[in-house]
Amino acid sequence: MTVLATPRRTERAGSPRQAARPRGGRAGGQHHGGRLAYAVLVVAALVSAFPFYWTIVAATRSNAELAATPPALLPGGNLVHNFQQVLQQADIGKALLNSLIVSGSVTVGTVLCSTLAGFAFAKLRFKGRNALLAVTIGTMMIPPQLGVIPLFMLIAKLHWVNQLQSVILPGLVSAFGVFFMRQYLVQALPDELIEAGRVDGASTARIFWSIVVPIARPGMAVLGMLTFMASWNDFFWPVVALSSQEPTVQVALRQLGGGYVHDQSVIMAGTLLGTLPVLLVFGLLGRQIVGGIMQGAVKG
Amino acid sequence: MTLTATVPAPARAARPPSRLRRGLARLSPYAYITPFFALFAAFGLFPLLYTAYVSLYRVELQTPGEMEWRGLGNYTALFGDDYFWTALRNTFTIGVISTVPQLLMALGLAHLLNYKLRGRTFFRVTMLLPYATSVAAATLVFAQLFGRDFGLINYLLGLVGIHPVNWQSGTVASQIAVSTIVTWRWTGYNALIYLAGMQSIPSDLYEAAELDGASRWRQFLHVTLPGLRPTILFTIVVSTIGATQLFGEPLLFEGSISGGISHQYQTLGLYMYEQGWGFFHLGRAAAVAWVMFVLIVGLVGVNTAIARRRSAREA
Repeated sequence: MTVLATPRRTERAGSPRQAARPRGGRAGGQHHGGRLAYAVLVVAALVSAFPFYWTIVAATRSNAELAATPPALLPGGNLVHNFQQVLQQADIGKALLNSLIVSGSVTVGTVLCSTLAGFAFAKLRFKGRNALLAVTIGTMMIPPQLGVIPLFMLIAKLHWVNQLQSVILPGLVSAFGVFFMRQYLVQALPDELIEAGRVDGASTARIFWSIVVPIARPGMAVLGMLTFMASWNDFFWPVVALSSQEPTVQVALRQLGGGYVHDQSVIMAGTLLGTLPVLLVFGLLGRQIVGGIMQGAVKG
Repeated sequence: MTLTATVPAPARAARPPSRLRRGLARLSPYAYITPFFALFAAFGLFPLLYTAYVSLYRVELQTPGEMEWRGLGNYTALFGDDYFWTALRNTFTIGVISTVPQLLMALGLAHLLNYKLRGRTFFRVTMLLPYATSVAAATLVFAQLFGRDFGLINYLLGLVGIHPVNWQSGTVASQIAVSTIVTWRWTGYNALIYLAGMQSIPSDLYEAAELDGASRWRQFLHVTLPGLRPTILFTIVVSTIGATQLFGEPLLFEGSISGGISHQYQTLGLYMYEQGWGFFHLGRAAAVAWVMFVLIVGLVGVNTAIARRRSAREA
């Protein structure tokens, strides 16, 4: 075990990001964790994961089983029946498809817009660059709920209420995305490469597609994952702009939870369906998502 | 942008660039930021400014085109509404009981995650799991765990001899329950942000402290915490904004837009939704939005000032 662990650590320490910050040492990582550290972390991990386990338990039981004392703690065999009930009470198939369309478009659009603008802010010179960048970063502090009423009036005027573009278009505005891609490209894209492209007579557009995009790809992937998860999980604006006829998964979940009959096992089956896709993404790419969040963090 | 791209590049480069071409080259950077700023103007900036305008009018949800001047009427109506003050108070208390423990626990967990541990990545990924769930899913699950009669939490409390708590209707109890959902979802995320900050603290600082004979606890106090100050300030600002806008958790905890029978856990975000989409008063909802904005600016300003003054004193 230890023999295996050592080369992996050196490999991670030698990754380009670590090398870019030569002073960024392992800090407190010098110390080995004691038993107490493990105990606390295990408890924290259990607390983090338990609600997921419990969703599975409740989704595979009947309502009566959930109301029993002591409550059921192991999965049961009622999943198919509960899923059927979910499909009857809310159009979850359509909701899943809508969520996929919305989150997919938002992800592609946001990543593209952010990479374009991030590249300009990182490497191009133009009048007003610093002021525009400051405005972009400044707006990250402004809560989105502040603009919801005029936004709603706007989409009402355009007759977009209940249409997916009302959720997609405002979703493409991501000041964080622009900032993230700028930070990434400042570090990852050497000026010499762009100059070399110019010497060869390539236009800026050509340079963007053939030099910038390939280099930006890892950053774009991280931004894409974060955007997809945020968009899939978005609640406030979809609830305002869409209704039960054209729901995203989150809107459909509200419908399940807000009905007159609270059939808990059915609600949990719906929750399970709505959470599975993003958990799948997380299961496959969890490491990179963790890395991406740490990369985007403010550092001292 | 497309114009410059279609010109065959090598042939052009041989000749001195024309005036038109130079003009385009000067403008081309703007082509890269235009998609973002065009969307930003339409769906970000315009709504933001227009909210202030709308808050001065009577606007009803069914007829958003008809606006009738009210001056500060929406605001005076708001300040005369008891439920507004309840929501304001609730937002504050829920904000404090969710943010403070959440950030303290995140700091502790980040410190542990920074040790050399076996399965370090596993712990990090697991702790970020709650962040991957939606407000809706998390709230529905917790609402069930907090159920009065058959909830798992009351069952566990019963095992240690505590009477079942009515998590839905008790004011303090329901606010604790709502805060628990927030804390559960965001602790791991904040822990990772802190961890990133900790890893950018130069290790020679720790070595120097160790040479001076500083214990681990003293190292944490005098090296880690000062080094993390910008990160801590960032998380405080982000959590403050998040807490001020809390909406999904109180909406779905029981499914009512009033935040409980006696509005005992209605937040400002939910109050705004109730005004706008429950009672159809968009103008009043806009006034709530502006109150929220002023509140956020004030709170962020106060927090920043406190953090600044503390660091100035220690320097």
